[in-house]
Amino acid sequence: MSELKLESVSRWYGNVVAVNGVSMTVGPGVTGLLGPNGAGKSTLIHMMGGFLAPSSGTVTLDGAPIWQNPDVYRRLGLVPEREAAYDFLTGEQFIHAMAKLHKLPDPSAAARRAIGLVEMDYAANRPIGNYSKGMKQRIKMASALVHDPPVLLLDEPFNGMDPRQRLQLMDLIRRMADEGRTILFSSHILEEVERLASHIEVIVAGRHAASGDFRKIRRLMTDRPHIFLVRSGDDRRLAAEVIADGCASSVELTEKGLRVEATDFQRFTWLLPRLARDADVRLWEVSPADESLESVFSYLVAR
Amino acid sequence: MNATIAMITFRAMLGRRRALLLLLLPVLLLVLAAALRLSDFNDLDTSAQVMQRFALATLLPLLALIAGTGVIGPEIDDGQIMYVLTKPIPRPVVVVTKYAVAVVLVTLFAVVPTLIAGLLLTGTTAGMASAFTVGVLVGGIAYSAVFVALAVLSRNAVTIGLLYALVWEALLGNFAPGAKSASIQQWALSVTDALTPASVIDSTVDLAVAGPLLAAVTVAGVLLASYRLRSLTVASAE
Repeated sequence: MSELKLESVSRWYGNVVAVNGVSMTVGPGVTGLLGPNGAGKSTLIHMMGGFLAPSSGTVTLDGAPIWQNPDVYRRLGLVPEREAAYDFLTGEQFIHAMAKLHKLPDPSAAARRAIGLVEMDYAANRPIGNYSKGMKQRIKMASALVHDPPVLLLDEPFNGMDPRQRLQLMDLIRRMADEGRTILFSSHILEEVERLASHIEVIVAGRHAASGDFRKIRRLMTDRPHIFLVRSGDDRRLAAEVIADGCASSVELTEKGLRVEATDFQRFTWLLPRLARDADVRLWEVSPADESLESVFSYLVAR
Repeated sequence: MNATIAMITFRAMLGRRRALLLLLLPVLLLVLAAALRLSDFNDLDTSAQVMQRFALATLLPLLALIAGTGVIGPEIDDGQIMYVLTKPIPRPVVVVTKYAVAVVLVTLFAVVPTLIAGLLLTGTTAGMASAFTVGVLVGGIAYSAVFVALAVLSRNAVTIGLLYALVWEALLGNFAPGAKSASIQQWALSVTDALTPASVIDSTVDLAVAGPLLAAVTVAGVLLASYRLRSLTVASAE
C-alpha cells in the first residue's frame, strides 16, 4: 500500500502560475485527476513523476521525496502522455530492455508477464514504429508495469484511443487497482473519470477545485445555477411568469432571447414548458448556455 | 556504464539515416587520400595540410558534433529519455554511458579513417599518421564531452556546436590569435605536434598547457551533463 502526497505544491514558470498551492493524498485504488486542458494536470503529474521540481511545497512517495531521487522508480511506474517510444525496437525488445534497466532478477520473465498483462503478445515481435496508437499506449503501459510497481501514474492514457481500446485499458486499470495498487490518471473528460475512478481530484486553472468521490463531484456539478437561453413567441411575458414562479434567480431580456439563470435545474426544466403553455407563449428554443466542462469547472473554482 | 542504455543508443545512432551522415565525411577523406596517393601529390607538406585541415579541423568536430549531440539530444527532444530516467539508475551512469557511445562512434568514424588516410598519404614517414591519429582521438574525447553536455543543456545544441566549430575555431581563429589558442582543435593539434618531428605541423599552444586543458574540458563536460540531467525538466505537453 503506497501513498503519494502533495503538500502545498506550487509550480510557476516566470510570472505564470501553473499549479497553485495544491495539497492532496493519493492512496490505493483509482484516482482520477480531472480538469480542462491547460489546467495544470500534466504539470502535476510531471511533479509526481519526478520530472519537474515543485517551485514550493513537497511531493513525496511514502515519505520519500520524488524530485532528484531515482530510487523512487522502484515503486513508481509512469506512463507519459507523449507517444514517442524507441520505434526501432520491437515491443518485446523494448520491454525487455526496460526490465534490464530496472535490474530485475529475471528480465525475460518480467517482460513476458508485463506484455501478457496488456495483451500485446500477438504483436510483441513487431517494431513499435508500426504500432497503432492504442497498441503504443498498451506497450507504454507494459513498460511502466514491468517491475510490478505499487504506484502507477498515467498522463491522459485514453487520448486517441478508439472505444474498444478504451474499454480494454479501463479493464486493465481496474484489475491493477483491485490488486491494491495506487493508480492516478489524468483526463479532461468527465465520463472517463466517472466510469473508472472511485476518487476524483478536480484541477482548474492550477487550483485544486474539488476532491471526493464521483457522486459528490457530480452533484456539485449539476446543483450549480444553470444558465439557459430561451427564445419564445413572447419573451417579456414568459420572463414575468418565470420570475413570478421563483425557480430562477435572474432573467435578462437580450436581443437573442431570454437569458435565465435557474437556481433549481430539475424544477426549471420541468416547469418551463408548463409555464409557457399556461401563459399561452410558444417556446421556440431552450438551450443550456454554459454546459461546457470549462464553465462547470469555473463554477467549482468560484465557490 | 550500462549495457542496456548503450545498446539502445547504438541502435538509435546506427539504425537510421544518421549512420549515412556519419559515413559521409570519413569516406570523403579516404577518397581524397587515395586520390592524392594515386596521383603522386602526397608530398609531406600537402599530406600534412590535408590531415590538419580536413581530418582534424573539419571531420573531427563535425563527427563529434553528430555523435555527441545525437546520443542524447533527440531522446530528450522526443521524450524517450523518460524511459531511461524513470529507472533506479544514477544519472551520472546514464551520462557516462551516452558519452562512451559517442567516443566509440568518433573512434570508428573519425579516428580510424584518420589513421587509414594518414597511412595512405605518408606511410610511416615522420610518424605523421600515428601523430594525427592520437591527436584526433584526444580531440574527439574532449569534443564529445562538450557536445554531450551541450545536448543536455540546450535544445539548440547542434546550432551552438556548429557555431563553435565553424565560427569560433575555423573563422575567428584566422583573425584573432587569442581565439585560436582557446580551441579544442588547437589543443589536439599540439598533441599531434608533440608526437611528430615534422616541422610543417605547428601548433600555437604548448602541450603542457593543451594537455591539462583537454582533460579539464572533458571532465567538466561530463560533470556538467550529469548535474543537469539530474534536474532535467521534461517540457510539459500543455
